[in-house]
Amino acid sequence: MKIVVAVKRVADPNVKVRALADSSGVDLANVKMTMNPFDEIAVEEAVRLKEAGRADEVVVVSIGSEKSAETLRTALAMGADRGILIRTEAVVEPLAVAKLLKAVAEAERPDIIITGKQAIDDDANQTGQMLSALLGWGQGTFASKLVVGDKAIEVTREIDGGLQTVSLQLPALVTADLRLNEPRYASLPNIMKAKKKPIDERTPADYGASIEPRLIVVRVHEPANRKAGIKVGSVGELVERLHREAGVL
Amino acid sequence: MTILVLAEHQDTLLDEATAKVVSAAGRMGGEIHVLVAGSGCRAAAEAAARLTGVAKVLLADEPSLSNRLAEPVAALVVSRAGSYGAVLAPSTTNGKNIMPRVAALLDVMQVSDVIAIDGPDLFQRPIYAGNVIQTVRSVDAKTVLTIRASAFPAAPVAAAAAPIEAVAMPDNPGVSTFIGSALSRSERPELAGARIVVSGGRALASAENFDTVLAPLADTLGAAIGASRAAVDAGYVSNDLQVGQTGKIIAPDLYIACGISGAIQHLAGMKDSRVIVAINKDPDAPIFQVADYGLVADLFEAVPELHTAVAAKAGA
Ligand SMILES: Cc1cc2nc3c(=O)[nH]c(=O)nc-3n(C[C@H](O)[C@H](O)[C@H](O)COP(=O)(O)OP(=O)(O)OC[C@H]3O[C@@H](n4cnc5c(N)ncnc54)[C@H](O)[C@@H]3O)c2cc1C
Ligand SMILES: Nc1ncnc2c1ncn2[C@@H]1O[C@H](COP(=O)(O)O)[C@@H](O)[C@H]1O
Repeated sequence: MKIVVAVKRVADPNVKVRALADSSGVDLANVKMTMNPFDEIAVEEAVRLKEAGRADEVVVVSIGSEKSAETLRTALAMGADRGILIRTEAVVEPLAVAKLLKAVAEAERPDIIITGKQAIDDDANQTGQMLSALLGWGQGTFASKLVVGDKAIEVTREIDGGLQTVSLQLPALVTADLRLNEPRYASLPNIMKAKKKPIDERTPADYGASIEPRLIVVRVHEPANRKAGIKVGSVGELVERLHREAGVL
Repeated sequence: MTILVLAEHQDTLLDEATAKVVSAAGRMGGEIHVLVAGSGCRAAAEAAARLTGVAKVLLADEPSLSNRLAEPVAALVVSRAGSYGAVLAPSTTNGKNIMPRVAALLDVMQVSDVIAIDGPDLFQRPIYAGNVIQTVRSVDAKTVLTIRASAFPAAPVAAAAAPIEAVAMPDNPGVSTFIGSALSRSERPELAGARIVVSGGRALASAENFDTVLAPLADTLGAAIGASRAAVDAGYVSNDLQVGQTGKIIAPDLYIACGISGAIQHLAGMKDSRVIVAINKDPDAPIFQVADYGLVADLFEAVPELHTAVAAKAGA
């Protein structure tokens, strides 16, 4: 069984990103970058399936600049076997990412594709679902548990009301949620080994997919900050103020 | 332009999120139709027909739609989408699951989690956990949007009901089957629409403390209970109570954060609340930067005291 995992290079989740002064975008100069946290979870799950003997090969794919190769290396150090970098300097929207990943899927013929549930930069939460639709596959989004069989996969999903379990015919697509697993840190020997693992470099044109954006960014601004509140001295004062000032009690 | 709204509902009940998406659709200008897809869901369709601004309700009542699996619901929406200029759904887990599938099948980009509509093709949406807001113009022939319900008022109930038209289900793609669900049951209000939310973090330290320390306060206030990711990951409460960038995004009248540090990802889910109270023993906790009222205290003393004071006020 082969598993493909999509990994995106994003700003570190602990960074408070700011809008550029000219409102044209966000300021990423000198911002620490990392693998999208949900994608780490996706890679971890694939590697565990390999370690458990369910999968034979884990292929990781990233679409982005040359620097995205670092993200692929991180995934390789976690235990993935090889990488594909689809190199472009352009901003690639989820629909275009899904089209590129579809082309990769047609070439690689994986049994399972795992993406993160959302990229923490664009917060779009749509690439996996789009890819699944384009391939005509079933989708198990927001997964917190996978049980992989020979012909089907059971996915437990985090939904608004609690949990839902679905069975998907293979091949199928899964998007990883926070509680699917706790990703490992790559060990130093594995980081060294990852340097020798292959990364195949491509461009969007190789796949014949258009990456022309459909959403034109008109403006990027920071929301008004909440005005600083006050510290109250006691529970009694809190209740009094919530009642008289705020009118919520 | 005619607009299609995919309703969020529990078959016999229409969720308030639907009324909020209908009011969002109203800002785009055009006739609004609502699609109610489910099983035994006529009651929800009747409720949708009575929302102000709704011209027609499409009712797809089929056993195969009972669990809102993305593949059949998306196939249904796409089969109806031809005559619509825009398709909207709330950014609930159903909306997030189904709508990108619809968008891809229509070959359009989805605009996710819209918080403001500035024109028929101009939308505002948060990115980077709400640290910045992006305004985008869609150049697609159709627009597919998920709407952050908490950012819009609910469309009021109208005097007259719109007509309900039954629609047929296209072939089910048949690649997925429902196995089961474990839904949280609670007498408390739904987190998504609650007027007051009492939320607990890692500091609660156990599931029992959620029950014995937070729950009495929540119940006296008629509030929903929420939690940080740390509290959910530790198993103190179920996943559906997580507030934040990747959990539920809410804007109640009053949000009381107890033992929550205020990480960016948590703030993303509650910073639009009208009044925020923070109880934390660390005076430098970032949550105080967004709190209207901060109390530096041990929650295990302050929360029971607050409960007693609120109960006394209610009794007075
Ligand atoms: C990709 C990603 C997505 C995420 N999504 C979310 C999300 O949706 N929602 C979310 O909440 N988090 C999310 N997080 C996690 C987030 O970054 C924080 O780790 C999390 O919110 C911390 O939870 P906490 O405040 O309960 O715990 P902590 O940060 O550990 O804070 C505990 C607080 O309790 C206080 N405290 C301790 N004891 C007491 C006491 N006796 N009385 C009073 N105060 C006390 C401490 O001073 C501290 O401030 C996400 C993280 C990532 C990387
Ligand atoms: N440029 C990209 N390269 C690789 N994977 C991506 C890229 N963009 C999105 N993805 C995948 O799609 C998931 C969801 O992203 P999004 O729909 O943008 O929130 C991510 O967690 C990744 O797994």
